[in-house]
Amino acid sequence: MIEPIIEATKVSKVLGRGPTRVQALKDVSMTLNGGKLTVLMGPSGSGKTTLLSILGCMLTPTEGTVRVCGTSTSGARPEELAKIRRQHIGFVFQSYHLFSTLTAAENVRLALDVRDERGPKATAKTEEVLASVGLTSKMTSFPGQLSGGEQQRGAIARAIVAEPSAILADEPTAALDAANGQAIMAIFSAIARERGHAVLVVTHDPRLFGFADRIIYIEDGLLTREEFADPAVAALSEPERMRVSSRLT
Amino acid sequence: MSLAFTLASRNLFQDRLRFIASLVGIVFSVLLVMVQVGLYFGFGRMVTTVIDHASTDLWIVAKGAKCFEDLSLLSTGTQNHLRALDGVAEVIPVVVGYSAWMLPDGTMTPVFVIGSDFIAGGLSPWNVVEGTVQSLTVPGMVAVDRSYYGRLGVAGLGATAQIRGLPVTVGAITDGIRSFTTTPYVFADLTDAHSYIGLPASFISHFLVRLKPKTDIELIRQDILANISGIQALTPSQFRDQSRSFWLFGTGAGAALFAGALLSVIVGTAIVAQTLYSGTKEHLYEFAALRAIGASNSYIYKVIIGQALINAVIGFAIAALIGATLVHFTAKSALQIVITPNLMIALFLLTVVMCIASAIASIVRVVRVDPAIVLTQ
Repeated sequence: MIEPIIEATKVSKVLGRGPTRVQALKDVSMTLNGGKLTVLMGPSGSGKTTLLSILGCMLTPTEGTVRVCGTSTSGARPEELAKIRRQHIGFVFQSYHLFSTLTAAENVRLALDVRDERGPKATAKTEEVLASVGLTSKMTSFPGQLSGGEQQRGAIARAIVAEPSAILADEPTAALDAANGQAIMAIFSAIARERGHAVLVVTHDPRLFGFADRIIYIEDGLLTREEFADPAVAALSEPERMRVSSRLT
Repeated sequence: MSLAFTLASRNLFQDRLRFIASLVGIVFSVLLVMVQVGLYFGFGRMVTTVIDHASTDLWIVAKGAKCFEDLSLLSTGTQNHLRALDGVAEVIPVVVGYSAWMLPDGTMTPVFVIGSDFIAGGLSPWNVVEGTVQSLTVPGMVAVDRSYYGRLGVAGLGATAQIRGLPVTVGAITDGIRSFTTTPYVFADLTDAHSYIGLPASFISHFLVRLKPKTDIELIRQDILANISGIQALTPSQFRDQSRSFWLFGTGAGAALFAGALLSVIVGTAIVAQTLYSGTKEHLYEFAALRAIGASNSYIYKVIIGQALINAVIGFAIAALIGATLVHFTAKSALQIVITPNLMIALFLLTVVMCIASAIASIVRVVRVDPAIVLTQ
């Protein structure tokens, strides 16, 4: 069996204290495997972002374990979590979070820079990924000079340039029109299939489901349902499906 | 080159108004420190200017005398005791004291008379630009500095006046011998000086002791102290330190200058810290994104400290330029601002330390930021 890229086991997360205490996640178990595009779907406040934060090592679970490429995040300090993110995870944010004072190419190269990758090789990698997302002509443009779709493509290029094992995207199409949303999802799909990354996209837009290999539904902190693009997998019972899910990788 | 520096500089230059505010803080602070310390050095140099220009191995002054201008007196008999000691080659008496200089219009101004035996090579005026030191051996001849022409009512060589009712003629003009007390120095022959000050000939202010070649200064100093009571025997370096210590710290002038300098550093640090912090807060989501994409704490330190260093270098350069201008304009003033190369280096290091200290609050803020906040915006 292929080792999952990210594996969450019985993860619970409590946010806040006292009267503001909220159980954001309840006993969540899931895996993300390389080469697959998984969509996490759920209403606002369902725990999508909290789950993404925990899978992306920005938060640690209150209970349960998360393993990223075999490394457990349990008890890890912030600097150790940053190292795991640096080594294994690329992020794409709803608001892009590109650095306004850096050009598109510099924004992408920044992801290599924080990994101490510099020089001509880093420049070549940057140009290659920018070309792969169709931004060759915008390399020297600043984020303020790019459209929303172009900014998101730049953010995707930043996420993939260091070739992380997993790409986690939080509502990456929420700020885009339908056409740009479809284009971004096509890029994610290609990243999963052609580069072999495990891609998790959090969205509430059902129009994007067509790109997914797998759709996970979350509600009130619980994973309620899972759908597979492959109809044969969809017909299986839950335990069988979980087993197949692992084999699909 | 790391993009950390690019990010630091571009973020800094993006908000020009904040950047200028930060620079103003640094320039203000560094310039104040520069002026205060420069004045301290200038003052320190000025209070020992006579000591610095005296050709002697030892200064003999009365016990308790704290500086060159101290009016404590010694007996002329001490001269014979000193001459009797092994290793002593020459003993030259010097007398100093305040007197009244009468201008041609009859008004009086105080002067500080320095009398010495010029034939014996005593405490002569330096930087003589007109006339000669030898001319001062003629009775009634004095040397004055040209910066005091106005105060003394003289126009140059050959000008006449009266000191304590006695006629004097300007026989030598010096350049740059200024007194930190603002009372003009007047150099005169020893005998004349006694008369100008109104001091009996049996009293002397200082003795300059020159030693025979290859004499151990410390040994003879101890010998003098063991054989003659009521005096201090000081090397020029010791007398210089003692004088500076008295004028700079005994009077509180130095402490005031240092307190001002310290206050400047605190104010400058606070201004830079405030502007850096507000800049950091404005870019907080960017820093959170940087953390989210895996930047280590040290990478984030690089960005913030990079900003602090850019502030330091540009701020210091501007302050140094203004400081150099001030040095130029105070060069001929009563109290010069003295900025040495070592002071410049020390001030640059101080600026760097100040700016890095200013970055601490920003660093603390950024390393505490939860990277997950980028998912909520």
